Amino acid sequence: MTPMSDAPFREPGDGGNPAGLSPWRAALRTLGRDRSAIAGTVVLAVLGALAVAAKHVVPYECNAQPNIVALKNIAPSLAHPFGTDEFSRDVLSRVICGSQVSLSVAFLSVMVAATLGTIYGAVAGYVGGMVDSAMMRLIDALLAIPRVLLLIAIATLWNGLGIVGLVLLLGLTGWFGVSRLVRTLVISAREDEFVTAARALGASDMRILGQHILPQVISPVLVSATLAIGNVVVVEAGLTYLGMGVRPPRASWGSVFSDGMISFPSAWWTSVFAGLALVVTVLAVNLVADGLREALNTRQLPAR
Amino acid sequence: MRRFLARRLAHGAAVIFIAVSLSFLLLHIAPGDPFSATLASASIDPATLAQWRTAYGLDRPILEQYIRFLGQAAVGNFGPSIRYHQPVADVLAAAIPQTITLMGTALVLSFGFGVPLGSWQAAHRGTTTDRIAGTASLIVGSLPEFWLGLVLLLLFAARFPILPSHGAVDPMHDLFPLAERVIDRARHLVLPALTLALLSSASIARYQRATLLDVLPQDFVRTARAKGVAERHVLWKHALRNALVPTIVLAGLSLPALIGGAVFVERIFSWPGMGSVAVEAFAGRDYQLVAGTTVAGAVLVVAGSIVADLLHAVADPRVRAR
Repeated sequence: MTPMSDAPFREPGDGGNPAGLSPWRAALRTLGRDRSAIAGTVVLAVLGALAVAAKHVVPYECNAQPNIVALKNIAPSLAHPFGTDEFSRDVLSRVICGSQVSLSVAFLSVMVAATLGTIYGAVAGYVGGMVDSAMMRLIDALLAIPRVLLLIAIATLWNGLGIVGLVLLLGLTGWFGVSRLVRTLVISAREDEFVTAARALGASDMRILGQHILPQVISPVLVSATLAIGNVVVVEAGLTYLGMGVRPPRASWGSVFSDGMISFPSAWWTSVFAGLALVVTVLAVNLVADGLREALNTRQLPAR
Repeated sequence: MRRFLARRLAHGAAVIFIAVSLSFLLLHIAPGDPFSATLASASIDPATLAQWRTAYGLDRPILEQYIRFLGQAAVGNFGPSIRYHQPVADVLAAAIPQTITLMGTALVLSFGFGVPLGSWQAAHRGTTTDRIAGTASLIVGSLPEFWLGLVLLLLFAARFPILPSHGAVDPMHDLFPLAERVIDRARHLVLPALTLALLSSASIARYQRATLLDVLPQDFVRTARAKGVAERHVLWKHALRNALVPTIVLAGLSLPALIGGAVFVERIFSWPGMGSVAVEAFAGRDYQLVAGTTVAGAVLVVAGSIVADLLHAVADPRVRAR
């Protein structure tokens, strides 16, 4: 996890805009020159492709338990590059199948969180005054409760969440930071001259927010959402490891990790390789987010 | 300074009040109640359950329950823990110092590693060592806590069994003489604290390098150099003090994430802290305990961020004046 970011102190990376490209084009061009961002994107694309095609690329069926006596906990070999787990299942296959759940849960819940956070922050920032203060005190309190403890509390009170429940749970506990970010951006955008001009022309609040303010908010939200995906992949795996997330026998990186703990440390490979999938994903996501931050020139991004 | 502190305390109290209210709300909108949650409930006579609910005031109007919850929370009383068969307050009182020990050690270590590393990198920016250190801290900072904990466990407790693998003390701890008891505690602390410290020192190093690079081109640094102050003194005294400020703020902001990481690390190393308690609360569907851990987490975060703000004010006089 990267709770901390060095965002505000990056060198400006837009490299000028000589060709008069549109901002998005210019950003894409900068991103295309950033080798580590490209590497991160490639890794994520490969992981995404493997997840989509999981059923066709896995060497063994993910939940198959061919021989739970003779084939259990086999060390990594050519036949089983990541070894087999406690139940004789091929770990490589399960890691590939697990990427489906892990990546889609992370992606969807971050979409939920980004949407909620943008709406809440935009309302607070645009309305301002007492409403804003009240809304932000609530966010202060929500941010003060460590997210993992909040997740554990909710998982305890609502027993037996399914995958949809998990997405909602991660989404509903993930938008506090985004809302604070969006609020700050909206407050500064609200004072822009073209917003005053639009208001003078009689534009409605909805139009001003939608047409003039939100487009300025998109790039920072995109960067923070990218970072959040890496974060949520880990949180989901952690929750599943604690027994609160994805349920067995369904494969997710967290559940494979947790299966490996049964016979750890003698059969270390199951947990270590499941965790390695997480490491590679988070690293790739962080590289892409760093690249995006420079390309979109969103240097003033708060830490969370 | 006194006004600054007073304002900061008032804000903290407001945040905790809202957090307590939120945990009451959570308990209330959740399906069921403490007496319908446990596995045993199904086999208990409904009349007995109703009696318990009356005894704990769960049949009173919600506003009355809320006010009582607030009043009890104010004195640290969250009722009985079903899982531990003792008051939630006692369970937390045993667990919180363990978590604070773990996190405090981790924070000290991570500043101890991260600040010198980041500063050294900034002073030698662009060199191969700087780039290697930068890549290494990017990778280490991306590791999930529980995975790094597991690998350290595998290496230093299983393959090369030089350190204990779980718990805060040896089972025979109480029989040891004093000196050995201290050593025993320290040895148990190494792996979990190191796991957390490695991760956050990576982010601290990255951040410290960036802030120092931001400070170094400023006028007062040039003035110091022009006065003939030794380069080492310029770097470690003039520049570092200014560059430390954002890092302290950052550490304060990252407290909730650090506690979250501690939950997983505690699980891996069976460290008897708040994270382990929260996981037990989940396993036993313990409503009261879950409310207690949530509020205790918020209190820890608020207290920690007040300390960070005070340090910030000490390091930067401008903050005090605000």
